[in-house]
Amino acid sequence: MKVNKKLLTLLIIGGMSVSANSMAETTTAQALANTCAGCHGTDGSSNGPATPSLAGISVDYFKDAMADYKAKDGRYSTIMSRIAKGYSEEEIALMADYFSKQTFVRKEQQFDPKLAKQGGKLHRKYCEKCHEDGGRSSEDDAGILAGQWMDYLHYTMDDFKNGRRDIPKKMKKKVSKLEKDKGPEALEALINYYGSQK
Amino acid sequence: MSGISRRHFIQITGGAAAVSTLGFSNILLAGKSAGHVVIIGGGIGGATAARYIKRADPAVDVTIIEPNANYYTCFMSNEVISGERSIDSIKFGYQNLESMGVKIVRDYATNIDAGKKQVATKGNSNIAYDRCIVSPGVDFKWEMIEGYDAKVAAEKIPHAWKAGPQTVMLRKQLEAMKDDGTVIIAPPPNPFRCPPGPYERASQIAWYLKHNKPKSKVLILDAKDKFSKFGLFMQGWKKHYDYGTDNSMIEWVKGTEGGIIEGVNPATNTVIGSVSEYKGDVINIIPAQKAGKIAFTAGLVNDTGWCPVDQKTFESTIHKDVYVIGDSSVASPLPKSGYSANSEAKVCAAAVVASLHGKPAGIPTLVNTCYSLITPEDGISVAMVYNFDGKKIQKVKGSGGLTPMDSSPAMRKREANYAHSWFNNITHDTFGG
Repeated sequence: MKVNKKLLTLLIIGGMSVSANSMAETTTAQALANTCAGCHGTDGSSNGPATPSLAGISVDYFKDAMADYKAKDGRYSTIMSRIAKGYSEEEIALMADYFSKQTFVRKEQQFDPKLAKQGGKLHRKYCEKCHEDGGRSSEDDAGILAGQWMDYLHYTMDDFKNGRRDIPKKMKKKVSKLEKDKGPEALEALINYYGSQK
Repeated sequence: MSGISRRHFIQITGGAAAVSTLGFSNILLAGKSAGHVVIIGGGIGGATAARYIKRADPAVDVTIIEPNANYYTCFMSNEVISGERSIDSIKFGYQNLESMGVKIVRDYATNIDAGKKQVATKGNSNIAYDRCIVSPGVDFKWEMIEGYDAKVAAEKIPHAWKAGPQTVMLRKQLEAMKDDGTVIIAPPPNPFRCPPGPYERASQIAWYLKHNKPKSKVLILDAKDKFSKFGLFMQGWKKHYDYGTDNSMIEWVKGTEGGIIEGVNPATNTVIGSVSEYKGDVINIIPAQKAGKIAFTAGLVNDTGWCPVDQKTFESTIHKDVYVIGDSSVASPLPKSGYSANSEAKVCAAAVVASLHGKPAGIPTLVNTCYSLITPEDGISVAMVYNFDGKKIQKVKGSGGLTPMDSSPAMRKREANYAHSWFNNITHDTFGG
């Protein structure tokens, strides 16, 4: 059943991209998403080691991230603030829709199995409530963590902790509690857990 | 993607594409071709075009004519020269494209008959096409530097501006050089492939020398007075290579101050400049450039030596049903870069597929990003988003630009990591896998 559902989704995506293509005078979601592939991988599944995968992302998470990159003094980044300014809200919405419908393809990463095991336990206790299904879910606009590139997760946590990126209130509380309970190693364990997910 | 292989995934999505484009009747006639696209050149432009045509519509037959079994990417080849990576790490084959159904013909395209719609090859075949995509990269204006030609470049003084054997030769020459040697790099006049490339190369060589032959230096004899990412390179060279001091590992002579070179004497390792002569222990001359040879023989160039195209589709404005992408095309304001070629190829692939189905082309959208590594942990970039104003490609106002001059070392380290990620992603996106 699971595969059939996937097949159906794939057929719909394929059909949509072409019917959009045949409407001249509009840039299509496919054409826009194609320009991201050079850094984020074909259809948003990155080959790493640092650029994050976008496949399966929540529509609102994508839109918020792009709006934040576009904003003056917005989200801290290397080049994304320069790239995001090139797109209108409508174009961003098309890209959000496209990437949300792609399947996140998880690639091999180097991780520490011992840390990953610890991280799994910590995830269930501190993170699972919002990052459901072992961090695979993008429900309620959660970022997909399972299989996300570890370098990217390191950068992100570093930015959250050092005030370079706004951290959601609930997450801030959980991360503080995690570090208070388990020490600074705990985040490393979590990142290894996400990196270990296939 | 449990239970579905990547190849099946492509076939499934492609199958859906065929359904909505052609209607259900055609899908029942399995195997019916939607036309034949012949691509000349299996570099970044050609390989990307092939992959994206097959992704859009597997019923289109695609043939790449390419003389080499593998492609070595020019981007990141400077890291091979400095010893930071192996030549094999920039080598890509065509097996993934073949498994998508792309036919690879190991031959050299010699001419295009746009009337008969045929490509002639050195191996004496004539390959018929419905649409032809030409992506031959650059050729060199050897005549601009006396004493320099393809033979000298292959045997003694490499240009290493097409990655492969000459990249390896330049690396070996650096390894064999004595300490306190001089490495001459002579970058070309505009326009040329990879505008920041010569200066990244100078940085990478300086990095190698700093750690292995610290009494040596890099002398850049430039045809120009300014170059891509100028401020960032100058800043980086001051920081890492004592640029501007007596101990500088890099010296840069601009064009108007004697940097323009007119000749070379391979027997004495001497470069003849407009003002003085320079002796080098290792010499790397990057000659002035023009469109690839086939563009000239097929009459696709204008008097600039490059190929004018309709920037909506990349169809030649000279020959109908022939498209030119990558370095050879006039895609300005896009620079001649790997990312540009990849971006242009996708626009062209969509336009070609639409045209084969009698549909109008969509509106192009393109991106370019070029990373340069001043050291293995100091990366800089330039990026830009482009759209279409109804007639030509334009930069989207307010987008793009350079790494800020005041970005922190931590951010520069991230940029270096993103540069390597870009390499992994663009090569997978181009060659598959």
